[in-house]
Amino acid sequence: MELLVASAIGILTAGGLYLMLRLRTFPVIMGMSLLTYAVNVFLFASGRLTVGAPPILRDDVSVYTDPLPQALVLTAIVISFGMTAVVVMIGLGAYLGSDDDHVDDQPETLDDTADITAEGGS
Amino acid sequence: MSLFFIVALPFFGALLPGLMNAAGRSACSGVTFTVSLAAFVGLLTNLPTVLAGEVVMARVDWMPALGLNFTLMLDGLGFFFALLILGIGLLIIAYARHYLSRDDNMGEFFTYLLLFQGAMVGIVLSDNILLLLVFWELTSLSSFLLIGYWKHLPEGRQGARMALVVTGTGGLSMIGGMLILGQIVGSYDLSVILQSRDLIQADPLYVPALILILLGCFTKSAQFPFHFWLPHAMAAPTPVSAYLHSATMVKAGIFLMARMWPVLSGTPEWFMIVTSAGLVTMVLGAVIALFKHDLKALLAFSTVSHLGLITMLLGTGTAFGAMAAVFHILNHATFKAALFMSAGIIDHEAHTRDIRRLGGLRSLMPVTFVIVTLAALSMAGIPLLNGFLSKEMMLEEAAHTTLFGAPWLVPALAVLGSLFSAAYCFRLIGHVFLGPVRDDYPAKPHDPNAGMWLPPALLVVLVVVIGVAPFLAEPFVKLVTASVLGDAAVLPKAHFKIWHGLVPALFMSIIAVVGGLLMIAVFKPALHLWDATPRPEAKDIFDALVEAVARLARALILPLHNGAFTRYAAIGTVAIVVAGFHAWNTGTVGAPTRAVQPMTPVAIAGWAMLVAATVGMVLMHRNRFLSLMLIGIVGLMVSIGFVFFSAPDLAMTQFTVEVVTIILLLLALNFLPNHTPVESTVLRRVRDVGVAIGGGLASFGLAYYYLLRDAVDTPISEFHLANAYKGGGGTNVVNVILVDFRGFDTYGEIIVLGIAALLIYALTETLLGGPVRARLLNRKPDQPRAGVVHPMMMVVLTRVIMPVILLVGFYIFLRGHNEPGGGFIAGLIVSIGVVMQYMASGFAWTSARLRYPYHGVIGAGVLIAGLTGIGSWFAGKPFLTSAFTYVRIPPFDKFELATAALFDLGVFLAVVGAVMLSLESFSRLARRAHVPDSDYPMDIDPSRDDPPTDGTKFVTEGG
Repeated sequence: MELLVASAIGILTAGGLYLMLRLRTFPVIMGMSLLTYAVNVFLFASGRLTVGAPPILRDDVSVYTDPLPQALVLTAIVISFGMTAVVVMIGLGAYLGSDDDHVDDQPETLDDTADITAEGGS
Repeated sequence: MSLFFIVALPFFGALLPGLMNAAGRSACSGVTFTVSLAAFVGLLTNLPTVLAGEVVMARVDWMPALGLNFTLMLDGLGFFFALLILGIGLLIIAYARHYLSRDDNMGEFFTYLLLFQGAMVGIVLSDNILLLLVFWELTSLSSFLLIGYWKHLPEGRQGARMALVVTGTGGLSMIGGMLILGQIVGSYDLSVILQSRDLIQADPLYVPALILILLGCFTKSAQFPFHFWLPHAMAAPTPVSAYLHSATMVKAGIFLMARMWPVLSGTPEWFMIVTSAGLVTMVLGAVIALFKHDLKALLAFSTVSHLGLITMLLGTGTAFGAMAAVFHILNHATFKAALFMSAGIIDHEAHTRDIRRLGGLRSLMPVTFVIVTLAALSMAGIPLLNGFLSKEMMLEEAAHTTLFGAPWLVPALAVLGSLFSAAYCFRLIGHVFLGPVRDDYPAKPHDPNAGMWLPPALLVVLVVVIGVAPFLAEPFVKLVTASVLGDAAVLPKAHFKIWHGLVPALFMSIIAVVGGLLMIAVFKPALHLWDATPRPEAKDIFDALVEAVARLARALILPLHNGAFTRYAAIGTVAIVVAGFHAWNTGTVGAPTRAVQPMTPVAIAGWAMLVAATVGMVLMHRNRFLSLMLIGIVGLMVSIGFVFFSAPDLAMTQFTVEVVTIILLLLALNFLPNHTPVESTVLRRVRDVGVAIGGGLASFGLAYYYLLRDAVDTPISEFHLANAYKGGGGTNVVNVILVDFRGFDTYGEIIVLGIAALLIYALTETLLGGPVRARLLNRKPDQPRAGVVHPMMMVVLTRVIMPVILLVGFYIFLRGHNEPGGGFIAGLIVSIGVVMQYMASGFAWTSARLRYPYHGVIGAGVLIAGLTGIGSWFAGKPFLTSAFTYVRIPPFDKFELATAALFDLGVFLAVVGAVMLSLESFSRLARRAHVPDSDYPMDIDPSRDDPPTDGTKFVTEGG
């Protein structure tokens, strides 16, 4: 079972990283979402894997899984929604503003910045 | 008045001029004057204590662990400088009132001025050298603002930048020096440091510390070779030049040298560096000043020269030298501030400061003539004026100083400096005021109103009074000198007298004055010679240096920081993986302590689906809709995984978040292209695959490693499990952790979520208010639009289901404390219910029925959570301590009432507000800034490009 979870984390990470390295905003956002899953599962797994022992206290049960990583991951999931929304908004705004959804600065923009720094230095 | 108030008054007072700006120029300057006056009077209330030879202290521990305390000290030296700063400050404020024109923003000017004043007073009253450094940097910053006050003048901006660079660099090196000093002594308190002369001078780090501190002093006080910034700073308005560059800021370096005199001086290094720098500066400044045609430039170089003189006196390391330095600081402040203000008057009235265009102003501006003549003659060292006294003392001291083994060197250079000094003073009087009246002045000069000439006149009265009756100033100067000397030397017995007999200093003085007169007589040929002499231009060298540094920085940064985000990400990933690999190799890895659990077919199936969806997503990511669907599968599998591994709360959260995320991405995809074009080369893709596989393997290895090992220490979770019911009153431990044990965390997180939502809202507003709005209006959808905007089935279903969803949400919320559920999940569920209304019935229909704006919902949530936390204060408990009790109201069963539920309500509201505000913002974009929405469901979209005749073709394709 550990192998399954660990390999799932690895595959999610690899997929997320690959998409993060793409050149357009949408795949990058998707990559970030995949990476978010990987990180959340990873954090969750730091409580080790327990099957069938939810942290709901019962009188006749004595074995529970670790509740703390769950609490941390729960807020992390919600926050990551907020983060995704902000990133999507920024990407969308950039695309609507310039009709270009490249992640990297495009060559002509680079020249502009070089000129500005040259002027500022003189 | 407490020292704290004296320092704080200008800072707090700096808020007032801006506020008073609308009330008129007199009100604005009046309030500034009042603030300064209050600080000045506050300072004077401490005079009796200081005169009694005591030191006034005020102390508040700020960061005691770092040795940084807010400690203020007022001794003779501090009092002297504070008096100069506040006293001349008052005159400058009065002068600036009349100097600034109506176009100048007076509130801004006086705000900067008061900030500067506060910082200066802070420097001279600091007892802690770290605190002193803070004020020191503040003077650099505020003087930057003051020098660049006339933002429209390029010289002003350049001068301000140059001053900031030079003094800022000096400040940085001084920080180093001060830290070394503090390390040597083991305390950052001046009062302790000043007692540790032997300890400091014996330390091997004494010389580096000395050099670093002197760099700070020399840059601030414009000593050679850092003198060049001061003349360029003259682009500032004249009140600034008069205040900063004659009386106060440039004296800060001098002040610090005087302050550190007892512990740093007296060594050969101090003597060599300080005396020679001072001598060179004095002679160089005087020579350049003579040949400057701009009145303010002349005065600027003359200031440089006089600062050199004072530095040289401090460098000699004798008690008499220190006393002469103190006396000259006082005299220089009086005559130089008067001269600067007079230069401002001439500029103001004649509209030029060029000496070549002036002359003959004596009869046109008699009052100014008298002021300038007295001040300039004092500067030249003419008897019966105060400049003569301190110059005599300087020459006397120079006559006894031997530098580099040559007894003639210092006296000769001192005489040379004085000679040129006298010459430019005579030139100032002769070429500006004497001679025939001209008829080509840019403006008809006349004496200004009393508001402008009174401040310099008051200073000139001091010049004359001290010059005629030096014994009046003697006790005060000796008091200050005593506090400069500390325990390091005995106060000299010499009295201040005009006539000392036929001493060498007198002859040197006579040579200087006569030589100065001769120099003026031969000024024309001398000027030709000067103009013909090639000499390095400091500004060009400075600019070249700055350009070289900037080029180096560009060469270093631009290739690394080229705007290619993907490259940063790749480099970052590789770096993290490599660092982790290094840690793995060098650390110890224990044997597994946990048994591997067997794989079940269900788990394998889930894993296979997750892997297939992920791989499919990567392979087919160019089709964006498809990848959106696939990521939904990934999310679903992760949720199921949470269920499987005993995390029902997580599963519910993940599942609901998944829904809202997909809706959000769909809304975004509405605008973005549907396909990602192929752009990267094969090589690049191979590289990215390599990076991705490396990162994946690393996270796999790390996860697998610690899934098989127990935690190093007992997890805190044991405590949580044991106390969830007893202390928190709930059986769902995850929820109890969220709302109770780690409630403060949760509180922070809902605030973050709220901020994220507000950010999205703000971005949307900006987009809709800008050029994007027109673009959105003109945009043609790239997909055929549905004929039926609000499908009847969906409208009916969502409206019917809404109460049910609310009920479920309420139920999930209530049971959260004991069973899986809680505020987060309930919030997400309710959000989905509301979103469904938007989707089915349309934006306008839903918005019209919206009672409370989502911002308010977020705010209410954060407020309720916060107030719940504060409530525990009234019970005498720390923030967010929860309380609960069980009540029984017949006929219901016994149930629990907990404050944690109130907190959870706050969480719930914040989540609903944040999610809805984000989605609503996106759909506002989707409405393309303005679309007249119909109130009726089941209508036909008028914006549809090509209405299908059969009414069915596009219905199923609509987004």
